[in-house]
Amino acid sequence: MRIPLIYNARSVLQRPLSTTLTALGIGLVVAVFIGMLALGNGLRAALARTGSEANALVLRRGADAELSSGIGREAVSIIAASPHVATGVDGRPLVSPEVYVLIPLPRPFDSTALANVVVRGISDQAWNVRANLQVMAGERPHSGRSEVCVGKKLLGRFDHLGIGETLRFAGRDWTVVCHFSAGGSAFESEIWGENEQFMPVFRGEVFQSITFRLRDPATFDEAKRAIESDQRLTVDVHRESTFYEGQVGILGIMLRALAIGITSIMAVGAIFGAVNTMYAAVASRTPEIAVLLTLGFHPRSVLASFLVESALIAVVGGVVGALLALPINGVVTSTTNWSSFSEIAFSFRVTPLLLGEGMAFAIIMGVLGGFFPARRAAKLPVVQALRA
Amino acid sequence: MALVEFRDVHKAFQRDSERIEVFTGLTLDVEEGSFTALMGPSGSGKSTLLNLLAGLDRPSSGSVRVAGAEVSTMTSAQLASWRARHIGFVFQQFNLLPVLTAFQNVELPLLLTKLSKRERDERVKIALGVVGLEDRMRHYPRQLSGGQEQRVAIARAIVADPTLVLLDEPTGQLDAKSSREVLALLGRLNSEFKKTIMIVTHDPHAAEQAGTVLHLEKGTLIEREALVR
Amino acid sequence: MKYLPIVLANLRRHKIRTLLTVASVSLALFLFASLRSVITTLHANSQFGSAHRLVTTNATGIVFPLPMAYAAKIRALPGVDAVSWANWFGGRYGDGKSFFAQFAVDAESYLAMYPEITMPEDQRQAFLHERTAALIGTRLVDRYGWKVGQDVTLQGTIFPGDWTFTIRGVYTPTAPAIGDDVLLFHHEYFDERIGHAGIAGWYIVQIADAGAAATIAKGLDDQFRNSSAPTKTGTEQAFQAGWATMLGNVSLLMGTIGTAVVFAILLVTANAMMMSARERTGEVAVMKTVGFSDRTLFALVIAEAGAITVIGAVVGLGAAKGFYRAVNFNGFGFLPGFSVTSGTLALGGLIALLLMLASGVIPAMQAARLSIVQALRRVE
Repeated sequence: MRIPLIYNARSVLQRPLSTTLTALGIGLVVAVFIGMLALGNGLRAALARTGSEANALVLRRGADAELSSGIGREAVSIIAASPHVATGVDGRPLVSPEVYVLIPLPRPFDSTALANVVVRGISDQAWNVRANLQVMAGERPHSGRSEVCVGKKLLGRFDHLGIGETLRFAGRDWTVVCHFSAGGSAFESEIWGENEQFMPVFRGEVFQSITFRLRDPATFDEAKRAIESDQRLTVDVHRESTFYEGQVGILGIMLRALAIGITSIMAVGAIFGAVNTMYAAVASRTPEIAVLLTLGFHPRSVLASFLVESALIAVVGGVVGALLALPINGVVTSTTNWSSFSEIAFSFRVTPLLLGEGMAFAIIMGVLGGFFPARRAAKLPVVQALRA
Repeated sequence: MALVEFRDVHKAFQRDSERIEVFTGLTLDVEEGSFTALMGPSGSGKSTLLNLLAGLDRPSSGSVRVAGAEVSTMTSAQLASWRARHIGFVFQQFNLLPVLTAFQNVELPLLLTKLSKRERDERVKIALGVVGLEDRMRHYPRQLSGGQEQRVAIARAIVADPTLVLLDEPTGQLDAKSSREVLALLGRLNSEFKKTIMIVTHDPHAAEQAGTVLHLEKGTLIEREALVR
Repeated sequence: MKYLPIVLANLRRHKIRTLLTVASVSLALFLFASLRSVITTLHANSQFGSAHRLVTTNATGIVFPLPMAYAAKIRALPGVDAVSWANWFGGRYGDGKSFFAQFAVDAESYLAMYPEITMPEDQRQAFLHERTAALIGTRLVDRYGWKVGQDVTLQGTIFPGDWTFTIRGVYTPTAPAIGDDVLLFHHEYFDERIGHAGIAGWYIVQIADAGAAATIAKGLDDQFRNSSAPTKTGTEQAFQAGWATMLGNVSLLMGTIGTAVVFAILLVTANAMMMSARERTGEVAVMKTVGFSDRTLFALVIAEAGAITVIGAVVGLGAAKGFYRAVNFNGFGFLPGFSVTSGTLALGGLIALLLMLASGVIPAMQAARLSIVQALRRVE
């Protein structure tokens, strides 16, 4: 025989203060849980969306980041001639040799605080190689001019990035001629300009990377083998998507460890709170439980009933926690990605999946918390209980 | 002067929208060393009288003097310390603290005094000896029978040597044998130790132990029996 | 106090509840101490820096090198006592899963400039006199089991190839911000292997008069302002502080979580206290009858809350202090010198006190205000 749910619902309402406090405790843990995972989600999303499965990234052999790579001009022509490289509508190979450096930009509120921002020197083919780019305002930099295009996520976080404004770095003045978006990826934290313009000011006649579109994404392994075994080149070929996902690196690991560590400790505390509440509930309802058992309800039903009650409280807490965490969605924050040494801005990302995980977490806390008290209720010696 | 003097005491309660008058001008004396039983039907005001006496409640008007002190005008802080010194109260439900041993329960009133630990221990032992429960000192209330619990409660009531010992239906929850033991104990407290005792009761046996019986009905004293012993 | 047995007895009433509540408080304060220590460590490290050392980097960006030719010119500037230089190497050891910093330094001048890097004299000499020698921090000995005299091979990522060094010394840093997990080797050897490129990652400039720092820095930067490698010079402390800001809003994050944690625990403790109080109205009435004053009963409830929070605080804060010391935690290299300061402990104690008041005050007031007669009537 199943004990009706309405009994639990009503009993919960009879102890409003206790129930509220317990639910709030669980809610806070869920909020922190969702918040921290949303932080990691956002970072990972930004980096994951950065690379495409259809593209390949070429770096000097042994380099684990664009920053530490160096590739000569000859390598570019060799790769551009490869049969594995796709061609655009105009018949030209979809290849973009790129310069990658970091420049210090002062933060608007504190000019002594510097952030290392990525400056990428692209070829005009870059706009074709990478599929999800969009010029939001202005027009693309012209070849031969000291013009730059600024990524969406940098706007508002540094000065002199408006269209028509002048940005000074590497001893030269550069005019901002456009803003671009890149599907929420890490590219949105970059400043782009023409590679030939950047080479003399930065590292001379060397590119840091070559990005090209694969003629057939399924043949990546073949392309990789072909290019890497070419005697004229000393390069490594990475699938662009895989490479950027891997860039999450230490930061991603740390965030995840932090999230799990902190929420675990908090969860234990919240579970203790739930245990206390449920023990008190069982104690104060001992006569009722005895009556239920006398009537013929199976002890297992009593156990289930109290577990459900505990879960109910936890669900309320979970909803509260989710509501608390929701506003953080879309908030932009930034940090330094230690793998690439560069500043990366990303938004907190609360997904429905994450909310679901938060609710599940809440229910687990509630069930764990309610288990022992529920067991005590189920094992109540009826005779003694009736006398009490 | 009597130990306790009630003069023209009025007491009314507000229960929901009703105003209930319990006493309308009660006047009463209780002599030192007396053993008084307060009897009467439910609602006659017996417990209220006891509460007024113990300073647990205040009269709406009138004067309550105990050992020369005007109880009705004391602040609650003053009443607390006054109670500690002058009153020993025994309830129908024993009302021992379940988390303390019998010894610790009896010690409770002494914690409010300036006695040293050694002096406190001595008095507790004496009190428990008087009620015959020295061998149960370290037991918790749940390990004692109803009668034993009540005797511990009595020991708690007398340990600080109060001016008055007040009992509200002390035998109400006890079986016949335990009741007789408790009442006999009360008799000894009065005759041997000269304690002034006032007991609210339905129990005719209790009335027998007492020297004076007061009958209350609807807040009025209707009879005063002085039993010759 | 003589009332202690009563307080303890009340706590023993529901042993499980008391234990769980104390545990919750401990956990919360452990978390609090951990989070706050991240903030204090970052702050302490950002304060590190000798007033007599300036750091000169390429103004275009720290990833760009400076010509070694600058060394002599900087040395010749007025007010400059000594010059040293270093390069970030960024190599990979083994599978690269665990990370540690490696620098190519101008050994003799660098060690002279950093007295915080200490080691036995014989090791120092051995290191200085061997081209392919390496100097490692104590933590690397613990982590990899390396010994003096052992060979270590790194895979260059920025500077490709296999680089093999012989460990000739183990240093102990006297200032935590220096880090005990760094590998130093000879810039001479580095320069040789990269084909005499003549580059230095950054310069460290020792000055005689700390007060002249700003002037000297400006003078230095003026000298190279219009060259292809302009410089940016600042005090070492400014340089250190810059690193801290790179971590972004860490303080804010830690602070927010810390607050949420303390709040959650307050709820748990308050809940437990109120449950206990509700079950005891009858007993409170009895004690008042016996003659305990409202004030005493108020204090007893607060004391009960206090016992829970104080014990929880001692356990939680003590565990934090002990644990991090025992595992020699340094935040995977990002938090060298990590420790739970007495400031943090004091703050934790304060929180425990506030917790005591906040969770106990309502039940205490309820106990004090309890009307005896009504309470007893309720029982009957």
